[in-house]
Amino acid sequence: MSARVSILRSSAAHAILIAYTVIALYPVLLIVINSMKSRRAIFNEPLAFPTPETFDLVGFHTVFEQSDFFLYFQNSLIVTLASLFFVLLFGAMAAFALAEYRFRGNLLMGLYLALGIMIPIRLGTVAILEIMVAANLVNTLTALVLVYTAQGLPLAVFILTEFMRQVSDDLKNAARIDGLSEYRIFFTISLPLVRPALATVAVFTMIPIWNDLWFPLILAPSDATKTLTLGSQVFLGQYVTNWNAVLAALSLAILPVVVLYLIFSRQLIRGITRGAVK
Amino acid sequence: MGNLTLHGICKSFGAVDVIHDVDLEVRHGEFCVFVGPSGCGKSTLLRMIAGLEDITAGEVRIDGALVNTVPPSKREIAMVFQSYALYPHLNVRDNMALGLKQARFPRAEIDAAVRRAAKMLDLDPYLSRRPAELSGGQRQRVAIGRAIVRKPKLFLFDEPLSNLDAALRVQTRIEIANLHRELGATIIYVTHDQVEAMTLADRIVVLRDGRIEQVGAPMELYRNPANEFVAGFIGSPRMNFLDAPALGQPGKSLGIRPEHLSFSRDGGQIEGRVSHVEQLGGETLIYLHADPHGLVTVRLFGEHAAEVDERAFITPDMARAFHFGADGQRLAA
Ligand SMILES: Nc1ncnc2c1ncn2[C@@H]1O[C@H](COP(=O)(O)OP(=O)(O)OP(=O)(O)O)[C@@H](O)[C@H]1O
Ligand SMILES: [Mg+2]
Repeated sequence: MSARVSILRSSAAHAILIAYTVIALYPVLLIVINSMKSRRAIFNEPLAFPTPETFDLVGFHTVFEQSDFFLYFQNSLIVTLASLFFVLLFGAMAAFALAEYRFRGNLLMGLYLALGIMIPIRLGTVAILEIMVAANLVNTLTALVLVYTAQGLPLAVFILTEFMRQVSDDLKNAARIDGLSEYRIFFTISLPLVRPALATVAVFTMIPIWNDLWFPLILAPSDATKTLTLGSQVFLGQYVTNWNAVLAALSLAILPVVVLYLIFSRQLIRGITRGAVK
Repeated sequence: MGNLTLHGICKSFGAVDVIHDVDLEVRHGEFCVFVGPSGCGKSTLLRMIAGLEDITAGEVRIDGALVNTVPPSKREIAMVFQSYALYPHLNVRDNMALGLKQARFPRAEIDAAVRRAAKMLDLDPYLSRRPAELSGGQRQRVAIGRAIVRKPKLFLFDEPLSNLDAALRVQTRIEIANLHRELGATIIYVTHDQVEAMTLADRIVVLRDGRIEQVGAPMELYRNPANEFVAGFIGSPRMNFLDAPALGQPGKSLGIRPEHLSFSRDGGQIEGRVSHVEQLGGETLIYLHADPHGLVTVRLFGEHAAEVDERAFITPDMARAFHFGADGQRLAA
C-alpha cells in the first residue's frame, strides 16, 4: 500500500520534472535544429527536424565568413573567465574573513556586502559609464570584467560565508599551530573544502555574464571588444534579419556554457556524494 | 624544559565572562588534567595556552617567558584535537611533517622524526594513506604522531579520546600514558571523563564555571576533596550526599562514597527500599531509596543477590565520610 503510494508520488514528481525540462529545453532545441535548415525551411516548417532536402549550413558559413566570430567568441570567453576568477577569489576571501575573524562590525559588513543581491547593478549604469569614461576604460574588456566582478560578488560572498563557517575550526587551528600563514590556510585548507559551493557560485555567476547584452552594448561596443551576444546582433537588422546566421551564432554560443557547466557540476556532485558517504 | 605558569587569567567573549582569574603552575614533565562539566571553560583555557584565543587579562608564561602575544607556532607547543583535525589532502607522512617543513627543518631530520613517531605509534603501514582511508583510532594516532614530531615543550590534548569506542579508548589511554613515560614531556590534557583523569594524571585541576575548584594528585582529591562539587565529580560511581541532620551529623550534607557503605538485610543505620540492582561481575551496584536521603548507591565487591523492592539497611563507614556545610565547603573535621 505505502509502496504503491510512494511509486505514485515519485512518478508524479518525475512527470513534473520531465515536463519542466521539456519546456525549458524546447526553445534551445528549436534554435539548434533551425540553425541547420535553409531559410525557406525555417519559415515553412519551423518545428520540423532538418531533412536531407532542408539541411543547410549556410548560417554557419555566414557567421564564420561575415563577422569576426572568433574574436567575439574569444572576448566573451576572456570576460567570462576573468570575471569568474575574480568573483570566486575575492568572494571566497571576503567569506573567509567574515566567517573566521571576530571583529567589530562583522555582521554589518556581511549585510553590506550582500546588499548587492537585492539591488540590480543596472540601476547604476549611468554612473558606471561616467566612471569608465573618466578612467579611460570605455571599449575595453577590463571595463566589462570590473562590472561583472562587482555584479557577481554579493551572491558569492553570501553563499560562501555560510560554507566557510562549516569548515572545522580545529583543522584551521591545527594549521596555525603548525605555522601555516592565514593565506596558506585559506588556499590549502578552506578553499578545497568548499569546492562544491565554489562550483555552485561559478554556475550562478557565469551564465548571466555570458548572456549579457546590456553592458557590452554600453561599455564596449567597439568592433574589437564586442562579445558574442553583441556580435550576433549584426545579423538582426531593422528591416532584414539573417535568421540562419542568428540561429547559428546562438547555437555556437551555447557550447562553452555547456562545457563549463559540465565541469562545475561534476565538482558539485562529487562534493555532495563525498559528504553523504562520510 | 616545559614549565607553564598561568597568572590571573581571565577570558570574556563580549559581555560573557568565561574564565575568572585562574592561577596555575605546571612543572616540567608533569601530566596535568583539566576536568569539569561541559561548558566550564576547559577548552577555552587550553586554547588560550596554545595561543588560539586572545587573553583578556593575565599572563601565560612558558619556561618563564611571557607568551601572551606570541603566535601559536612560536610557542613550542603541540595540540591534539577531539576531531583529529588531520589535513584531508595530505597523506599520513605529510600530515606529520608539515609543521617541521614550515619551520624549515632539514629534510633528513624531518624524515627521521616522522619515522620515529610512526614506529612509536605503529603507523608504519599507513604512512602513504590519506586520513579518509584510516579508522578513527588510526586517525587519532596520526594526530598524536603529528604532535610528537614537533618535539614541543608542551603537549596540549583536548578530549582526544571522546570520539573513540570504549575498547579503543582504554587502549589509546594506555598508549598516551606510555608516551608520557617515554617522552617525559609536560602534558596538559582536557577531559570530562573522570576515569581518564584519575588514571593518567599526576595532578588534576577541577574546574567549574571558569574557576579552579581544587588542584591536586588524583588520590588526594579522592581522599580529601575541598568541597561538595569536587567530591561529587571525582570518583565513580558518584559520591552519595546524605542528609546530615537526619543522621545527627554536623553540617548540611554527609558525603559518603558508594564503596564505603555496608549493606545488610537484617539491620543497619539507614533503612531503605532497593530500587535497582546492577550486576557487573566483579562488583554489584545496588540503588536504594531511603528517606529523606533520596537515591543512595551502594557498591559491593563480588556478586551479591538483592531483590528490587525488598527492604534493606545501609551503614556508612563514618571514618571515610565527609561533612559539608550549607555553602558546599568541607567542614573542618
Ligand atoms: N566563541 C565563543 N563565543 C562566545 N562564547 C563562547 C565561545 N566559545 C566558547 N564560549 C562559551 O565559553 C564557555 C566555555 O566553553 P568551552 O568550550 O571552553 O567549554 P568546555 O569546558 O570545553 O566544554 P566541553 O566539555 O563541552 O567541551 C561555554 O559556556 C561556551 O558557551
Ligand atoms: Mg571542550
